[in-house]
Amino acid sequence: MLRFLLRRIGLIVPTFIGVTFLSFMLIRLVPGDPIEVRVGEHGIAPARLAELRHEFGLDQPLWKQFLDYERGVVTGGLGVSVVTREPVWNEFVTLFPATLELSFCAISLALLVGLPLGVIAAVKRGSVFDYGLMGLSITGASMPIFWWGLMIILVFSVTLGWTPVSGRISDMYYVEPWTGFMLIDSWFSDDKGAFASAVSHLILPAIVLGTQPLAVVARMTRSAMLDVLGEDYIRTARAKGLGEGRVVVVHALRNAAIPVVTVVGLQVGALLGGAILTETIFSWPGVGHWLVESIQRRDYPVLQGGTLLVATLVILVNLGVDMMYGFLNPRIRR
Amino acid sequence: MFWRSFAENRGAVLGLVFMAVLTALALTASIAAPHSPTEQYRDAFLTPPVWQSGGTWKFVLGTDDVGRDMASRLIHGARLSLLIGVAVVGLSLTAGTTLGLTAAFAGGLVDTVIMRLMDVLLVFPSLLLAIVIVAILGPGLFNAMLAVAIVTLPGYTRLSRASALGEMSRDYVIATRCAGAGPLHLMFNTVLPNCAAPLIVQASLGFSAAILEAAALGFLGLGAQPPTPEWGTMLAGALQYYQRAWWVLTFPGLCILATVLAFNLFGDGLRDALDPKLKR
Repeated sequence: MLRFLLRRIGLIVPTFIGVTFLSFMLIRLVPGDPIEVRVGEHGIAPARLAELRHEFGLDQPLWKQFLDYERGVVTGGLGVSVVTREPVWNEFVTLFPATLELSFCAISLALLVGLPLGVIAAVKRGSVFDYGLMGLSITGASMPIFWWGLMIILVFSVTLGWTPVSGRISDMYYVEPWTGFMLIDSWFSDDKGAFASAVSHLILPAIVLGTQPLAVVARMTRSAMLDVLGEDYIRTARAKGLGEGRVVVVHALRNAAIPVVTVVGLQVGALLGGAILTETIFSWPGVGHWLVESIQRRDYPVLQGGTLLVATLVILVNLGVDMMYGFLNPRIRR
Repeated sequence: MFWRSFAENRGAVLGLVFMAVLTALALTASIAAPHSPTEQYRDAFLTPPVWQSGGTWKFVLGTDDVGRDMASRLIHGARLSLLIGVAVVGLSLTAGTTLGLTAAFAGGLVDTVIMRLMDVLLVFPSLLLAIVIVAILGPGLFNAMLAVAIVTLPGYTRLSRASALGEMSRDYVIATRCAGAGPLHLMFNTVLPNCAAPLIVQASLGFSAAILEAAALGFLGLGAQPPTPEWGTMLAGALQYYQRAWWVLTFPGLCILATVLAFNLFGDGLRDALDPKLKR
């Protein structure tokens, strides 16, 4: 197990260096000098430009700049936002809980709904329900979620008026940002309406972001269950005289769930991509919304640092999933 | 034999029919569309579709905020979406296959460098990487297509490398090598045709991914720029007033969904037909 772990971690190091190199190059590929981009259209005196270039180390050779950048990355120095003058890291840490909360709810929804649906489809293989669900699943996987989100807003928020259109909580409530997770913070706040408001703000974005994972989970569960239901130990369980429900839920689902959960874990990149669109549509104050805004404001340090942090997150989650899979399935530990 | 097993899959046939209709519309867009996609009818802002009160047969699917005919814009949009699909898949498939075959044949350091590079591309969420590339290159349809092609590159590279490695130790490859074939001949004439099936499936699924990602970039204002009738760009334009005019939001999105769905259904059917082992 330890060797498997060490080898897996060893593979990450070159990937991480590659990721930092890409994000380092990003700001240098943008047409124009980073300083000139920073001062914008006002222009700058040549003497002051040279001074600033020296201050930011831009007169150093490229390899030295890269090493400096690497050192900054390792010590958490990711630069400062051009717009707010806040360190990129601080902004990320403030906004990330919102993205995490949204993603967590979306994935929970996908698993809570997708697993049972996939199981039923596999058990009733070839039925109308099976065909209907697989049709819906491929439709969900093909869904342009930016459009899906707007349609849902149009129906539930605008026409029916059931839920608010944007944000995390109504302006009426002030919730002390204690954990950064609005559901938890509002639950412990004195105002009991705050929690209801947070839920009503969260529910539509979670459905929109959860749609594609839900489709994937339902499809994967069905095919994993079909595999497992053909195994000998299922026949044994049935032969023992166990009830069908017990066979399906306890014996089959427990084994079918491993590949499904692994795939869900590896989808975290796609989920964060979806979060960019979902947060933009619902004005959800998270990392995705922040990154899109950074482009519109030409705030390159934010785009650079934010991209690096998101990629690092994906690397870590993939590592975690791999380790969990290695733990659950001894066959791949070699 | 292939066709029979493909035709069994009703969804795949449906996808194929939709693709054929869409291609026909795209090719004849200038004739099939009743109006010009950019002409503004100043006396017909936000006309609803024909079946709703206030609608007219002149604008079957209604008009947008500056009086452009929705149906004509959607038909011209089909042309763009297919162009995006063809260009992105063509570019990504060619470059990815070449890289993958090179990695498989060269082995050693070249293999390691190419595959680690692909690992790096893969840890970025594809939409985020595409956004970053467009942010560097500047917004526009061409840059968006280039970005999506780069983002989808690792899939083709990994797939072609894996299938090439599987084929290389086969007898027919060794025989060709012994007969004196050069590495390029071996790569493209001997091994590639035998790796084609999974690549074709990946390409048809890649088509839908390309259309979806390019539309998302258009929606974020980073793809095709207005007044280009690209479906995602049209949705972005509708943001200001979609609450008053459902049709400007509904139809472009339905077009994206139907097209992506058609290519996915077709790709699934193709996979089942080409690789009976996977069929359950």
